[in-house]
Amino acid sequence: MTAILIFEQLLNGLQFGMMLFLMSAGLTLVFGVMGLINLAHGVLYMVGAFACAIIAGLTGSFWLGLLASLVAAAMAGALVEVGVIRKLYQRDHLDQVLATYALILIFSGATRWLFGAFPLYLDVPEILSAPVNLFGLLDYSSYRLFIIAVGITVALGLYFLIAKTRLGMRIRAGESDREMIAALGVDIRTLYTLVFALGAALAGLAGALLGALQSVEVGMGDSVLILAFVVIVIGGIGSIKGAFIGALLVGLVDTMGRFLLPYLFALVLPPDTAASIGGALSSVAIYILMAVILIVKPKGLIAANG
Amino acid sequence: MKKLAIAVALGLTVSAASSLVMAAPVKVGMITTLTGGGASLGIDIRDGFMLAVKQAGNADLSVVVEDDARKPPLAVQIADKMIQREKVDILTGIVWSNLAMAVVPSAVAQGKFYLSPNAGPSALAGKRCHKNYFNVAWQNDNLHEAMGSYASKEGYTKPYILAPNYPAGKDALVGFKRMFKGQASGETYTKLGQKDYAAEIAQIRASGADSIYFFLPGGMGISFMKQLTQSGIKLPVMGPAFSFDQGILKAVGKAALGVKNSSQWSKDIDNAANKAFVKTFNSEYGRLPSLYASQGFDTANLILSAMKTADVKDADAFRAALLAANFDSVRGDFKFNANQHPIQNIYVREVIEENGILTNKIVATALENHGNVYASECSL
Repeated sequence: MTAILIFEQLLNGLQFGMMLFLMSAGLTLVFGVMGLINLAHGVLYMVGAFACAIIAGLTGSFWLGLLASLVAAAMAGALVEVGVIRKLYQRDHLDQVLATYALILIFSGATRWLFGAFPLYLDVPEILSAPVNLFGLLDYSSYRLFIIAVGITVALGLYFLIAKTRLGMRIRAGESDREMIAALGVDIRTLYTLVFALGAALAGLAGALLGALQSVEVGMGDSVLILAFVVIVIGGIGSIKGAFIGALLVGLVDTMGRFLLPYLFALVLPPDTAASIGGALSSVAIYILMAVILIVKPKGLIAANG
Repeated sequence: MKKLAIAVALGLTVSAASSLVMAAPVKVGMITTLTGGGASLGIDIRDGFMLAVKQAGNADLSVVVEDDARKPPLAVQIADKMIQREKVDILTGIVWSNLAMAVVPSAVAQGKFYLSPNAGPSALAGKRCHKNYFNVAWQNDNLHEAMGSYASKEGYTKPYILAPNYPAGKDALVGFKRMFKGQASGETYTKLGQKDYAAEIAQIRASGADSIYFFLPGGMGISFMKQLTQSGIKLPVMGPAFSFDQGILKAVGKAALGVKNSSQWSKDIDNAANKAFVKTFNSEYGRLPSLYASQGFDTANLILSAMKTADVKDADAFRAALLAANFDSVRGDFKFNANQHPIQNIYVREVIEENGILTNKIVATALENHGNVYASECSL
């Protein structure tokens, strides 16, 4: 094991974390502003990936596909908000979970019906397909660096949006007191639709970006959704800053766990047993992290709403 | 009503004509993965199976299909329902070994037949083999053993090997190492369903391996191949057919060209049954069949062949009829081992581009008439 390998794994963890941030930012925003638990967030991730794969397949341009993923996911999000979610704000969380779970089934079924159960083809753009050499030390996938850059850009953009703009002010106001902001004459319905579409667009972007690295298929959002929930629970539900920190933590712990645990076990056990036990333990590492953080800080690292 | 009467009458005539014994109807319960990750595997198994059923036109055979969504508890629930309420005679269809381990032992203990069209965990091949459990596909280790043997023949000395952490993943690496002469430069078990392999790829790069062997079925393999290509690692890649089969190649793209993979079936195996299967599957479903489809097809034909000579209610006779495997397998020669797993050839295929479609071509025979090592532990 060398320093270069550890450095590469840290980069991998960072990249994974950035991806989780894109996914969980929307989820935590929607919960923070509207108090809604949205299980259908993973579906929007899938919509983004499919839109990107289809448009990239038709036009040959990954960038157009990326744009399409933003538009398609935002539109799907807005439609879902107006058609279904709007009726759920006053209901309790169980109703929300049931209704958004139904949305997962409907969207998955519809996607399979439209595009089939076989994975679609989506590759990274030509310009980012070759690895770059970092500091003369290692070759690293330029596409993964691109994902890190997108994650940082989005984080900065969200910070600017929420801290410096009028829309952001309203989002913050909505987070701290929903009734009051409506009483002050802010069009809360439009605000909700906007916030939901924004969260959806971020999930769609994550889906398109990761779709080029992974397989674009029905159900691809399910496992990511669970991770996104882990992230926002760790970070403090409703807090964007918390989601950012939580995402980086989960990304790093998961990546380093997968890498270091089998290695540590191999010091005392035969290699195949070590690989097996290490592999099993690393897949629960982030849940152990979540449990520990919840014991120490029951509201998550950065509790929203005071 | 009239239609139904005609159908029944037709069914009776067909069954009377095709069988000497007045066989009771056979009801097959298929539990397979039709939604979520890995759905394409279950859909191929189902479509292959149903194609054979349709071609046979045997009205005595009815099939109920249910989706397990790759969840073991759901599979157990469906199996209970099929056995108790639907009163099926035969269960089949499960794709994943962890689901098979959850369902098969209890189903066969209740006197039902289980014919596996895919999963072949080692636990069910050795000491815990059962007279009512047949595997029509392979024992899990088989394709990996073939690749291990091939890797040695090709002169690789330190491959990096990885597989998901579940029963079939462990069987895979054990199988590969059994036939590979040498020491792997590294071995990793990943999470089942994992989609990001950056950490593993970094380790491969650092390990100084001379080749890569991986078993990552379905979307996992697509993700791994894409990420491996982008990482700039240019080592020869080998795997079982599961990561390079027809349903997957399109999504992997050109990154898969030239990859060697092992399979007991390929669309270019030269026999009449196979040629007809590839052609009719293509015209029925508008796509090329995968090895999963071929396994589903063979499973249905095995049941149909046993129905010709035995009554499913007479379990001993029906078991003997299954064991005789008197059907035209699309793989060519096919017979059962003592532990009721196949004895068959396993080929090495290469991914090629043919008329603009990525597909596989057989380049070598890795193992001839290959059984499995667990047969000696089985007391059947």
